[in-house]
Formats: sequence, C-alpha cells, structure tokens
Amino acid sequence: MTKMPVSPKAAVKEVQDVSSLAAKAFASMFRRPFYVRDILTQMDIVGVGSLTVVMLTGFFTGAVLTLQSSKTLTTFGAVAFTGQLVAVSLVRELGPVLTSLMIAGRVGSGIASELGSMLVTEQINAMRALGTDPIKKLVVPRLLATTSMLPVATVMADAMGIIGGLFTSVFVLRISANLYLARAWNGLSYMDLFGGLLKPIVFGATVAIVSCHCGLRTYGGTQGVGRSTTQAVVVSSILIIIFNLFLTRLILVYTR
Amino acid sequence: MTEAILEMKNVVKYYGATAVLNGISFSVFRGETKIIIGASGSGKSTILKLIMGLDKPDAGRIFVEGEDITKFNERQLVSVRQKIGMVFQESALFDSLSVRENVAYRLYELGVDEDEIDAKVRQSLGFVGLEEAIDKMPAELSGGMKRRVALARALIGEPEIMLYDEPTAGLDPVTSKKINELIITLRDIKSVTGVFVTHRMRDAFTLATEYASNGGRQISFHTEDNFVCIANTRFLMLRDGTIIFEGPDEVLRRSKDEYIKRFLA
Repeated sequence: MTKMPVSPKAAVKEVQDVSSLAAKAFASMFRRPFYVRDILTQMDIVGVGSLTVVMLTGFFTGAVLTLQSSKTLTTFGAVAFTGQLVAVSLVRELGPVLTSLMIAGRVGSGIASELGSMLVTEQINAMRALGTDPIKKLVVPRLLATTSMLPVATVMADAMGIIGGLFTSVFVLRISANLYLARAWNGLSYMDLFGGLLKPIVFGATVAIVSCHCGLRTYGGTQGVGRSTTQAVVVSSILIIIFNLFLTRLILVYTR
Repeated sequence: MTEAILEMKNVVKYYGATAVLNGISFSVFRGETKIIIGASGSGKSTILKLIMGLDKPDAGRIFVEGEDITKFNERQLVSVRQKIGMVFQESALFDSLSVRENVAYRLYELGVDEDEIDAKVRQSLGFVGLEEAIDKMPAELSGGMKRRVALARALIGEPEIMLYDEPTAGLDPVTSKKINELIITLRDIKSVTGVFVTHRMRDAFTLATEYASNGGRQISFHTEDNFVCIANTRFLMLRDGTIIFEGPDEVLRRSKDEYIKRFLA
C-alpha cells in the first residue's frame, strides 16, 4: 500500500524537500558540466517513447467527446458547432491534462523506479563518490526533457483529438469535414493555444520533480522501489489535477 | 608513518533515535591499512560513508589530509573525493553502462581525452585481471568479477586512499583470496592507504599477515613468520558504535575480552 504523509509535520517536510530539490535542480541547470547526451536521451524516452500512447489517447478522446457533445448540441440545433466544442475542450483542458496524466503514468513511474533502484543498489552513492552531482546528472536532464517534451506531446494529442473528432463527425454524425474543421479553427484563439501550452510545461516540471523526489528517497529495497513508483504516479496525477484548477483560473483572469 | 592522512575525532552519528557511532576517534597514517571489524550493524560501513562525505556526522570532526571536511558541501567534496577511491559492498556498478564505461566514468566526468581514457581503462582492468571483460555489461559478470571491476573503477583516478566496504562479502574463498591479493598489492607495492571493513576474520587475518613483494616483474605473496601482524596494518574493532579494540593482529588474538574472544572463535 502507498503510505502518504499522515501528520501535518510530515506533509510540510515533504513539501519542503520537494521545493528544495526543485530549487537545487533549477540552480544546477546553469552550472557546468552540461549533460547534453543525457538530456537528449531523456527527451527521446519522454517524447518519442510516449508518442503512441499520447496519440491514441488524443484520438479516442476526441472521437468520444464528439459523440457525447453532439447529443447535447442536437437538442439546441447546434450540432454544426461540434468542431468548435471539441477543439476548445481539447486544446484548453483535455489535451494538456490527459497527456500529462498519461506521461505521469508512463514516464513518472519509470523515473521513480530507475532512481529508486539506483539508490537501493548504492549506484547513487557510487556516482557521488566518483565526483558527480546526482541532481545535475539525473534530475536536471529528466526535468528539462519532461518540461520540453510534454508541450510537444500535448500538441500531438490535440491534433489527434481533432482528427478523432473529425472521423466521428464525418462518418457517424454526417457533418461535412470542411464545416467541422472551419468551426474548430475559428473557435480557437491564440490565448487558448498559449494556455494549452503553458499547462503542460508546469505539469511536466511537476511530474519530473515529484518522480525524482520519490525515487531519490526510496528506502526498503525492492519493495521500497515499488512503493516509490506508486507514490510518484499518484502524487503527480493528483498535483496535475489540482494545479490545473489554479492554472485555468489564472489563464482565464489574464485572457479575459 | 607519521602523518595522519585520515582522522576521526569524537564522531557521533544517529540513524533515527539509535546512535550508530558513539564518539569514534581514530587515525589512519599514510601507507597504513586499517582493518575495521565488527558485527553487522556495528557502524563499520557508516564510517566509510562519513569519510567519503556521503553522509554527515551529528557531532565530531573528520579530517582528510589534515583538512576538516565535516561541513563541506557537495561541491567542496568533489576535490576530496578525487583523492579517495571506494569499493562498495555490492559493487554498485552502473548497470546500464558497460565495464569500459563504468571504469572510465570518473575520466569521462573530468573530460579526459578518449585515447587516454582507453589506455587507462585497459591498465586498470589489467591490474584486476579483467581486460577481456571490457565490453561486457555488469549483468554478464559474476559476483567476483563485479567486485574486481568496482576495484578497477575506484583505482582509475589513482587515489591516495582506498575504502573497501566488505569487498569479499558473499564470495567463495578462491575469489576472496584474489581480491585480498589485489588489496595487498595496492598496499605494499603502490603504497595506497586503505580502510578495509569486514566481518570475515579469515580475510582480515590474510590482510594482516600477508605481504606482497615485487621481485622483477612478478608480484609474489608471503606470510609473516608465526603470523605476526605486519607493521603497516592495524585492527580496529567496533561494538555498538564504539571502539573496543585498536592495535595489531597478535594483540587482538590474545585479547581477554569475552566479546572479542567470541567474535574471533
């Protein structure tokens, strides 16, 4: 079972540790050496590695959203606006949140288990003993990779979602492709795109920092690695959903 | 042997409410090998981690080459760690890197030229007799080979001090002997200062009574007459985080202390 911090003191300590790790990682980004190869490897794992999952999620979410929303829109005789509703919902909310949740599950668990295994087998200590800062070598590349690749993955998910919606619109609802795409295109503003790309940057940083933190404080052997992995996914997912509320509010205030 | 290269003064370390080390003080002189023995959980490995700066003491001070490293941060510790090599209990090889990359790790970090890296890796693997395993992955190696690769990795930076955390634990007698001989060679031929942690008395006594000599090109191993402890090797025994014995092998064997007698039996 996943053990969450139970006392307020433990919870505060947890927040303090995560913030401290984030601050150290951020400060380390600007100091030599720069592990470019590690950053590119992580970008490949996070970005290219997650592409199939993210595209499938986007496609089927767009398709289902079209089916569900068309029923309500038909009641008001506004089925022609399906494209707009699907595009706005995907770009503003579903794309960033679902992509981040999928990546939290796929990449976050990988980060926590890899770092956790390295910790329990003393590889992290060996790395320190050989003169390497584990935050620079392990945390920074993962942080940069997730924050840079999550927006890219979100764009792919949004695009696939709109294509998924197009398929159901054309083949199930019998809406013309031109109408669907025109409504989708006109319904989106630059601020929607800005908000839709800002969110995955924040969520990407959250997944990376939380997962690295969970991995780097693993204890209790292989069982501990499993516990850290579960914690990383659970905590990242919950934080994504909570941060989404605050970011949505913030974006709406500034884009009014 | 007059200059203390490593020194601990009244070091205290707690894990939770338990004092793992309780006022530990000792010195290791240049060229000397200190064998730390004691039961599991007596604080042996903690001493090595504190010397390496991998953990911080709750009280007391630690000196490396006369420099107080107790309050050093990670960046300050980098220069200290370049003087020290460490062999971890379970080897701690990077499992996603090949033997070559593991051994060369420190040199890659220092940005050393690729040709120089290759030459040094081969030299270091040659010393532990594993040159043929250079392209293997850690998963393809036996336990003894992993320890030898870990030793080669620790030696690549030509450290002045070596820390061995139970390097023979879980190995068969033949492989243990091979590892012990490498450590004896480092001590006697290369004059590397060492701290050797173990609870295997057979290995400890081998280290205390055998010495290596370099006759021509061949390194040979000899045993002191009457198994007398050689001059550059001393024992330190821990019990529940405190030192209960410090001195040579022959005095340890004659100890009247009941706990020591039981431990040696």
